[in-house]
Amino acid sequence: MLINILSGDKPRSVILTVLLLGILVALAFAPFLFPGVRSLETAARICIFIVLVASYDLLLGYGGIVSFAHTMFFGLGAYGVALASENMGRGWGSLAVGTVAGAVAAAVLALVIGLFSLRVRAIFFAMITLAVASAVAVLVSQLSGITGGEDGLNYSIPRELTPAFRLGEFLGVKINGKLLNYYLVFFASLALFLMLLRVVNSPFGRVLQAIRENDFRAEAIGYRVIYYRIAATCLSAAVAALAGSIFAIWLRYVGPDTTLSFEIMLDILLMVVIGGMGTMYGAVLGATIFVLAQNYLQNLMGAASEATTGLPLIPDLLNPDRWLLWLGVLFILSVYFFPTGIVGRLREGRRA
Amino acid sequence: MSDPILTLSGVQTDIAQYHILQGVDLTVPRGGVTMLLGRNGVGKTTTLRTIIGHWQARAGTITFDGQDITAMPTPARARAGIGFVPEDMGIFSDLTVEENMILAAASGPLDSARLDWIFSVFPPLKTFWRAAAGNLSGGQKQMLSIARAMAEDRALYLIDEPTKGLAPAIISTMAGALRDLKNQGASILLVEQNFSVAKALGDTVAVMEDGRINWTGQMAELANDAALQERLMGLSMEAH
Repeated sequence: MLINILSGDKPRSVILTVLLLGILVALAFAPFLFPGVRSLETAARICIFIVLVASYDLLLGYGGIVSFAHTMFFGLGAYGVALASENMGRGWGSLAVGTVAGAVAAAVLALVIGLFSLRVRAIFFAMITLAVASAVAVLVSQLSGITGGEDGLNYSIPRELTPAFRLGEFLGVKINGKLLNYYLVFFASLALFLMLLRVVNSPFGRVLQAIRENDFRAEAIGYRVIYYRIAATCLSAAVAALAGSIFAIWLRYVGPDTTLSFEIMLDILLMVVIGGMGTMYGAVLGATIFVLAQNYLQNLMGAASEATTGLPLIPDLLNPDRWLLWLGVLFILSVYFFPTGIVGRLREGRRA
Repeated sequence: MSDPILTLSGVQTDIAQYHILQGVDLTVPRGGVTMLLGRNGVGKTTTLRTIIGHWQARAGTITFDGQDITAMPTPARARAGIGFVPEDMGIFSDLTVEENMILAAASGPLDSARLDWIFSVFPPLKTFWRAAAGNLSGGQKQMLSIARAMAEDRALYLIDEPTKGLAPAIISTMAGALRDLKNQGASILLVEQNFSVAKALGDTVAVMEDGRINWTGQMAELANDAALQERLMGLSMEAH
């Protein structure tokens, strides 16, 4: 049953299984295990980034296609919900229309970019996506009458998903709309991740892997490489947009910095590489570690700096202001020690 | 005599600035094994790759089963019934043996009777059915490479040096499998440097020199004439 839910794609490592189960349980019970606004924000962010990174893994890890427009598709989904809520008013219908419109727009744009660039060589796709993503980011900033420009958009979502909707208390935790919103994020992310797992373990996913390894061999068997690459691009873009829509529903705000910035694109790339490309489960580990480090490394360093007061140099090195430096060091070390990503390393360990 | 399964007329192929094929005229009859022989670098592999469409012919025509396929893309040629086994053990190493075979049956599910036959000629593939293809030995990878072409009934098999770099025991398995395929009535165009395998399997022969076919005839004729072998290929088959 469980194997069926995972589409037959077992973690294939005891440590990995334990880590994945730990993350699943922590996220499923986050509001009760880690009460507080900040921890709930972190948990929701992890859920959303797992989907976003997994959709990028479909493209990069399974299809061998490098794209720099993944945040653009993420942003399309987010702005879809924001604009629908802004123009149609608060309501479930607005969320549905915005989500569907964002996903369709992302898939259509991915189709157009793919038709123009993937026919030639995959590397041109990377260059075109970079250009289109930059153009869209500039457009969103400039069209402030529609998008709110650099300030972004604040909008209302159904009351049932806001803290104002109170249902009582359970195990000392307030049961309100925010909690319901978190579970909407959690279950939507879980469903999308399992759907992606099904896709990569389907015949379509196998052909994608074959194309990544050797596109000529795949063609010589009879597979039209261009169709598969474009289909993967559209699917990946649509799922990224759905992740963006969930993010917009959770945040009740969208802006260029939170959904379209190139920094997020780099974060996604790092999460895929750290977790392990072409594994799907790598997205879970990569996103969890990265988002936790982004949110808590500073606190950890502050505590370490205080604990080492009196020692020479070390408190300065561990100063919370230097958290980005240590984040960089952590990434270099992880790439050095886990060149195939954490999941790849754990699976290799099992073979050895 | 029935129509040939494949005809190349004046086929010229360039790779970058090099004129590799300079007017290849070749006829592959229906049923049986046609050997494509010649020294290293005369254009044998390029001929096979031009037939499957990896390289586009600059001039000339390629007719397969009565249809002009010169401008056809590679997947369409494969779907028309051409199976191709490249010389570099063309498997997908990240996938399992099973997944490689399922992928190879591009037009539908893998036929169980055909799979049983493949297992009978290549028993290791059954043993390592769930193993990653990248972890197989060189011989097993080559078996998988040929088995993939055999996964579906093809009108023509293009096989490039299937015994290259393999141990003698594996070579005899490989030759046995190809003989089995031939006995089922398959049409095969085979590039092979191992002359004892070529002699045992070949029905007709085309010998290449400088990007052209410079001799065609029956294998028995070439196999029994050491002087002809010396003249065409610069060495005697008996010496191998």
